[in-house]
Order: sequence, then structure tokens, then C-alpha cells
Amino acid sequence: MAVLVIADHDNATLTDATHKTVTAAKAFGGDIDVLVAGKGAGDVAAAAAKIDGVRKVLHAEGDAYEKQLAEAMEALIVPLMDGYDALFSPATTMGKNVTPRIAAKLDVMQISDITGIEGTDTFERPIYAGNAIMTVKSSDPKKVVTVRGTAFDAAGETGSASVETIDAPAGPFKSAFVEEKIVQSDRPELTSAKTIVSGGRALGSKEEFDRLMIPLADKLGAGIGASRAAVDAGYAPNDYQVGQTGKIVAPELYIAIGISGAIQHLAGMKDSKIIVAINKDEEAPIFQVADYGLVADLFSAVPELTEAV
Amino acid sequence: MKVLVPVKRVIDYNVKVRVKSDQSGVDLANVKMSMNPFDEISVEEAVRLKEKGAVEEIVVVSIGPQQAQETLRTALAMGADRGILIKTDDAVEPLAVAKILEKVIGEESPELVILGKQAIDDDSNQTGQMLAALLDWPQGTFASEVVLEDGKINVTREIDGGLQTLSLQTPAIVTTDLRLNEPRYASLPNIMKAKKKPIDEKAPGDYGVDTAARLSVVKVTEPPVREAGEKVEDVAELVTKLKAKGAI
Ligand SMILES: Cc1cc2nc3c(=O)[nH]c(=O)nc-3n(C[C@H](O)[C@H](O)[C@H](O)COP(=O)(O)OP(=O)(O)OC[C@H]3O[C@@H](n4cnc5c(N)ncnc54)[C@H](O)[C@@H]3O)c2cc1C
Ligand SMILES: Cc1cc2nc3c(=O)[nH]c(=O)nc-3n(C[C@H](O)[C@H](O)[C@H](O)COP(=O)(O)OP(=O)(O)OC[C@H]3O[C@@H](n4cnc5c(N)ncnc54)[C@H](O)[C@@H]3O)c2cc1C
Repeated sequence: MAVLVIADHDNATLTDATHKTVTAAKAFGGDIDVLVAGKGAGDVAAAAAKIDGVRKVLHAEGDAYEKQLAEAMEALIVPLMDGYDALFSPATTMGKNVTPRIAAKLDVMQISDITGIEGTDTFERPIYAGNAIMTVKSSDPKKVVTVRGTAFDAAGETGSASVETIDAPAGPFKSAFVEEKIVQSDRPELTSAKTIVSGGRALGSKEEFDRLMIPLADKLGAGIGASRAAVDAGYAPNDYQVGQTGKIVAPELYIAIGISGAIQHLAGMKDSKIIVAINKDEEAPIFQVADYGLVADLFSAVPELTEAV
Repeated sequence: MKVLVPVKRVIDYNVKVRVKSDQSGVDLANVKMSMNPFDEISVEEAVRLKEKGAVEEIVVVSIGPQQAQETLRTALAMGADRGILIKTDDAVEPLAVAKILEKVIGEESPELVILGKQAIDDDSNQTGQMLAALLDWPQGTFASEVVLEDGKINVTREIDGGLQTLSLQTPAIVTTDLRLNEPRYASLPNIMKAKKKPIDEKAPGDYGVDTAARLSVVKVTEPPVREAGEKVEDVAELVTKLKAKGAI
């Protein structure tokens, strides 16, 4: 048996989500190859070769792969799948965008966002915003799977797999990259951060969000998250959103500040190790999942906390 | 141009689902059902494009039970022109939904299909991308802005790390994210008007698509419940407790 894992990267660094996906692929079983498709992504291919348990890295280069355009990735991966029994991808926006196309071309029903593996055809996945866990058995000859990072540990980096350069279809493709606005930040990426401080609608404005959240995050070396309400209101950028339709996180410590705890928000953070909630309403649902709840006005509690840590 | 919008009837997002005690699924008896919130956003986007004069006709399609007709009526009341109900009482997986939609598109020839990025029941996030592959069309998923320009569709996408803009040739598939727009509520006169708009009734068999499930449900269980912890008096106590746990 053999599994192909799609690497998630930005041509310079390999994301942790890839290492976690390799761990899931190990639980599935068989030889594991990692595909690095990019432009000038040699360092990424070298990094992928170090992941424990990897047999070989396939390295494909081309303009259309710089941003891993879905149409190009489909053209590249579908023929490769002749040699594999399964395709595993991190459930990042890259994986979510690309894998269903490949599944459809292979006439396979994809299994999205798995959190557990029970053999080579049976997988666990959350449904209804994590309010139910479904175990499904696939009858398809090949499996196409996306992996929820919070459910698997990252594989180590002591391996030394070989890197094989492969040809990649050059197109033309029917979509073209125009531009990207990536939020530059030295903060830990949310899905791999050990600590996250997350702010809600109660912050009231972008100015207050920044004034209160950034110093606390700096002190704790934390990533910054937000509720949908805070993002919709423009207090924080879209990729800060934690929840059913944002990022799924499970840090060691999650501090929810002025967030009520709607099920869609809980879906994204309730597997955190320790949850702290600061909210002035003692009935707020967030307290039902919090290990430590502080009923207080955030405008005084947060500066105090920043001072104390 | 003509736009096709697939809409799905799902459990209302405010409902807290309960897992059935026999582990066969979640209890959908007597719970409130609504249009998938992302599909409301899709319909809204199509209607706005029509109001701008960029779109002539909006066709909405739903695959589901008889009651999915209500979902179509909601879309018609928001401003869609005509509906197609593809009636089935089976749970149809995204791959089969995509295959049916491929056939519908063959008959309707829209230049743009707008789907939700995910349905909030099954959270699969697949159907639009699968449909794009089956048709060999380009896709702009997780859209927060859609601009029609010189026969191209520019889609700004919400991705990890920020925003990305792609230019798509037409015909194309777009899937909607939360911040694309804020869907309107249908006005009473529009709800009345929608009752007169046509809805065609079909069955998956009419399109020759096999909807047999590829995935079988072994069981559906409750997630582990998280117990509420303790309330702390003040920031000092919080800090002491977190330090004791080694969390900070
Ligand atoms: C399809 C769909 C998808 C969604 N996806 C997501 C998602 O991915 N992520 C997400 O987060 N949400 C999501 N939502 C939205 C979700 O339902 C909630 O609306 C949202 O999480 C609320 O954000 P909030 O907690 O910041 O705001 P609110 O619910 O308004 O809560 C604000 C809280 O702040 C407290 N507060 C007010 N003032 C103070 C103060 N001075 N000091 C301390 N506390 C104070 C209040 O008591 C309240 O509990 C989604 C909704 C839909 C329909
Ligand atoms: C064995 C089995 C049993 C199931 N039982 C149930 C059940 O009892 N009740 C239940 O609600 N679900 C059930 N499901 C799940 C149901 O089949 C899924 O909802 C379906 O697989 C589509 O997934 P999704 O809507 O999450 O797709 P997504 O890819 O997340 O949907 C994205 C978009 O595709 C479009 N779309 C998707 N489905 C339709 C549709 N039917 N009509 C029109 N447009 C659509 C919409 O625009 C939607 O926003 C079951 C699934 C399986 C495998």
C-alpha cells in the first residue's frame, strides 16, 4: 500500500499541518510519499525529506504551482494517483480547495476533516460543527482524505528520504493568480500556536482590539484569534477567525476575551487543553467549557492580566 | 449571463443537534430547518449581480426531500427567477450532488455557478470543487469578493494567512465565504410573488445519476463533553492557577 501526502507550504517553509498529516497517513499504513508542488520550493522539498516515516519526496516545479492553483494541482496529481491507494492532505485552505477536484476525477467520495482512523477504510470525522462525531466506512477503491491538524501530533524531523524531481503539467489553466494580501506577522501561526488569546465583539473597535490584545499576546508569546463577530466588524483580519467556518485550533492555553461562546465558535476551540474565559456576563455559554472563568469587565481585566503575567 | 445557485436545506444553525441513542445519526425530527447560511450568501450575491445588470436570470436548484421546495421558495423570494427541485429522500453525498448538478448545467448552460463553501450539517466543503472538476471549469472557492470584468470573473478568496485574488475564465464555479455579503430578508410582497414563480420537479433518475452512497455510516456518537471548570475571583487568582498548571 502507498499513500501520497500533499505538502502545505508557501515555497519557503513547510507548515506543521503537513507533519500532522504524515502522522495520520502512518496510522492508515503503507509507504508514504510527500508531494511538494511549488515554485522555487527546493528548501521545502528538503524539509519534507526530513519528516519521519517518509519514503520519498516528489518535487514538482512550475509557475502555476507557486500558488498551488486548484486546476493545475488536479492536472498534476490525478495521474500520480495510479501509483497510490490513498491521497492525504491537510485540511488547510489549500487542501480544502484542491482535494475535492482530485476525488471527483477519481470518482471517489472524499472524506473531509478526519479526526481518527480505524483501519484502511474507516474514518472518524466531526459533523454539525463538532456536535456529533461520525464514523464512516468508504467503499471506494482509493481513499481521498483531508486531515484535521488538531487531532494528530506532528511527525518528527529525523528522517532522510530521497527527493525525486517530477514533471508538472504547465497549462495553460483556466484560472490565473492576480494578487495576495498576506498578513505579515511574527506571531505563531494559529493552528500550531501553544497559546492563543482570542477577542470577540466586546472589544468594540479595531483600536481597542489592538490596544488590549497585542500587549497580552506579546507577553505570552501567543497567537491572536477572534470570533466571527469581531472579524465581520473589522476588528481583526479574516484569517484570525476561530470556529466552524474559520480555523480549528487546540492550543495548550486558549484565552477567550469578550466572546459569548456560540456553538460555531466552540467548534473551533473546544479541544484546547486549558480554556480561560473572561466575560462580564456570568451566564455566557463560554463558561460551560472554560476551565477557569473570570466574570469581569475585560477593559480592566485584560490590562491587569497583561501586567501580571 | 445566467447564474445557477444550488441551495441546500439543512438544520437551522441555531439548533443544538442531538445524537440519536441508537447511534444511527442525529435527531432531525421536529427540528427547525433552514437554507444553508452559505447558500443564502450565494443567492444574495446572484441577486446583487442581477440588480447591477450583469445577470439576466437566476436559477436555483435543490436536491432533497419535498420540503426542500420551501428552501427554493425562500431563494425565489430573495430574487431568484426559477427553481428546480430534484426530489429524493435519500442522503445524497457531495460527489453525487456534483454529478446531478453537472447534468443540470448541461441543460441550463449557466456561465456562473455559485455554491456555498460548505453546508453546515455535514461540513464537507467539497461539492463546488467536485463540480468544477467534473465540468473542467476553473474555481474560485471561499470568496469574499466577486467582480465580473471583461468576460472574466475576479474572485478574492479567504485563505490561511490572508486574502488571494484569482482571475477565472468563464464559465466558472464560485463558492461563497461568510464575508461576501449580508443576505437580505425577503419582504412580504416578494414572498407573495415568489409563490407564483415556477419550480420544476425532477428526480435524480431523470439525470441518470447513481446516487448510491460510497460512504456508509458506522455510527454517530456524541463528542466527549467538556466539563465546566471553576470561576476565579480575580486576575491574581487566575494567574496563580495558570502558573500552578504550568500554562504560563
Ligand atoms: C454559518 C455560520 C458560521 C459561523 N462561523 C463562525 C466561526 O467560525 N467562528 C465564530 O466565532 N463564529 C461563527 N459564527 C457566528 C456565531 O454564531 C456568533 O455570532 C459569534 O461567534 C459571536 O461572536 P462574539 O462571541 O464575539 O459576540 P457576542 O455573541 O456578541 O458576544 C460578546 C460577548 O462579550 C461579552 N461582553 C460584552 N462586553 C464585555 C466587557 N466589557 N467585558 C467582558 N465581556 C463583555 C458579552 O457578555 C458577550 O458574551 C457563525 C455563524 C453562522 C451563521
Ligand atoms: C450515509 C450518509 C447518511 C447521511 N444522512 C444524513 C441525514 O440523515 N441528514 C442530513 O442532513 N445529511 C445526511 N448526510 C449528509 C448529506 O448526505 C451531506 O449533506 C451531503 O453528503 C452533502 O454534504 P455537504 O452538504 O456537507 O457538502 P458541501 O460540499 O459542504 O456543500 C457545499 C455546497 O454544495 C451545495 N449543495 C450540497 N448539497 C446540495 C443539495 N442537496 N442540493 C443543492 N445544493 C447542494 C450547496 O450550495 C452547498 O452550500 C448523510 C451522509 C451520508 C454519507
